[in-house]
Amino acid sequence: METEPPLERAEAFRPWHTPSPREDCCPARRPILRALDVTVSYGGTTALRNVSLGINRGCITAIVGPSGCGKSTFLMSLNRMTDLVGSASVIGDIRLDEQPVLGDAVDLLALRRRVGLIAQRPNPFPLSIRRNMTFPLREHGVRDRARQTEIMEECLHRVGLWTEVRDRLDRPALGLSGGQQQRLCLARALALEPEVLLLDEPCSALDPMASAIIEGLIEELRGRYTIVIVTHNLAQARRIADDMALFWATDGVGTLVEAGTAEQLFTRPCEALTRAYVSGMRG
Amino acid sequence: MTTREATAPRGASAAPPRRRGDRLAAILVWAVATLVAGVLLWIVLDLLRHGLVHLGHAFLLEAPRDAGRAGGIAPVLATTGLILAVTLAVAVPLGLASAILLSEFIRRGSAFAQFVRRSLEVLAGVPSIVFGLFGNALFVHYFGMGYSVAAGGLTLACMVLPLFVRASEEALRAVPDDYRRAAAGLGLTRFAAVRSVLLPVALPGILVALVLSVGRALAEAAALLFTSGYVMRMPESLADSGRTLAIHVYELAMNVPGGEGNAYATAIVLLGLLLLINLGTALIGRHVLVRTGE
Repeated sequence: METEPPLERAEAFRPWHTPSPREDCCPARRPILRALDVTVSYGGTTALRNVSLGINRGCITAIVGPSGCGKSTFLMSLNRMTDLVGSASVIGDIRLDEQPVLGDAVDLLALRRRVGLIAQRPNPFPLSIRRNMTFPLREHGVRDRARQTEIMEECLHRVGLWTEVRDRLDRPALGLSGGQQQRLCLARALALEPEVLLLDEPCSALDPMASAIIEGLIEELRGRYTIVIVTHNLAQARRIADDMALFWATDGVGTLVEAGTAEQLFTRPCEALTRAYVSGMRG
Repeated sequence: MTTREATAPRGASAAPPRRRGDRLAAILVWAVATLVAGVLLWIVLDLLRHGLVHLGHAFLLEAPRDAGRAGGIAPVLATTGLILAVTLAVAVPLGLASAILLSEFIRRGSAFAQFVRRSLEVLAGVPSIVFGLFGNALFVHYFGMGYSVAAGGLTLACMVLPLFVRASEEALRAVPDDYRRAAAGLGLTRFAAVRSVLLPVALPGILVALVLSVGRALAEAAALLFTSGYVMRMPESLADSGRTLAIHVYELAMNVPGGEGNAYATAIVLLGLLLLINLGTALIGRHVLVRTGE
């Protein structure tokens, strides 16, 4: 058994050093998404510095860390949602299946179809439930009404919403509860058959019951989709994550402290800061 | 002594100064509000007192006789409707396109956006008589439309455009960014987001912009004197000259001795129309809100 480093070491730890990848901490799996030296700044203020992280295909990767450590920023950069912030600039290299994600030549619509995003706050369109599901499909070329309905039904089934909404498909989506809205957003994203789903604290705006349902859904999606989930909830990360990455902020700049399998980070972390964080002593 | 003073703490002979100032301000606000409402009421009552006797369904359906002293306003109503239709047919698509461009496709601080916005502000402040001169030079003479419904409608379109664009732009900007992000996250084009999400959400605000524009166009007389003219015939095409309700009121009141009665009656119709449009738009707006579930 490894000797526990004294806590003083954790205090003295300098998180702006990206941890050197060690064999037992970063096993070679098959990444579908790879970020290399990604630095994100908003109008000259660096939010995230030199993050290199691979996201393994079919796995659930949890990104954890205290508030303001750049977790969401990293997530947004993976499907270029950072572009919506006028002042944001992302440098480094991000590859999806070896194809570049950054750069002007990238087809953003196609990229975002492959890499979907679920926001922290449920954000269904102020349209009917049906239109929420069919309108993105139509825009992505599924013109056949019957096919649209088929996909809608299937995806609503998969998020367990079908029986709850089948009688009110033409009612406003905003009339649903928060948890239902979030599941609708999930179904809406699934309808486009993404390869990667980015989830930005998808449960933080929900009550515990709704949160548990969403969590269960995420687990069911394992294997079929690659999932990256930002979460504040360590218990949740422990329950569902295959891989985990700990981000930390120093002087307002986020960095990656350690990444590896969730099991490693919880039981045999390489970094003292990770040990302190997962045991609840830091963060 | 009022009850409030009676319940004031012992030792206080009157309300403390702060509370007195409060009450004074309240009285002032009420007085001003009453005054404003009173002026409006006065105008309406005055119109009704003078005009109601001349009003009837015949007034709306008959052609004017004796230079408008007798008869009705049917051709004037028709001209007004036609001019308004031309105005809206031009101003609404152009205005919506500009508003969408300004709010969704150009960065707010960019030089071009600043330039367009400044221009609109200046245009919105230009007196209508100047628009009349401009319309007369451009549409009536340069494009050879003559005094016509088309020239009048186009001139009014130029006049209401700045108002409509600014108000529509504000309505679009008021749509929460959540929807834009959701659309982008689903890989939808910005155009699709505008068409299917942002415009429907902003519709109540855009309808308000429309009412403001229609109100301004309906009330306009100066810009039309030089462009649509003041012929009283029933217009047979957009190339015909014709007079609107506002011009009819002006003509009857200023240039036709003995026409005051019908001027008042026409003014009532004009006011009624504005009220109807306001009401109708409010109803449509509410319907949209119900549909989107907000």
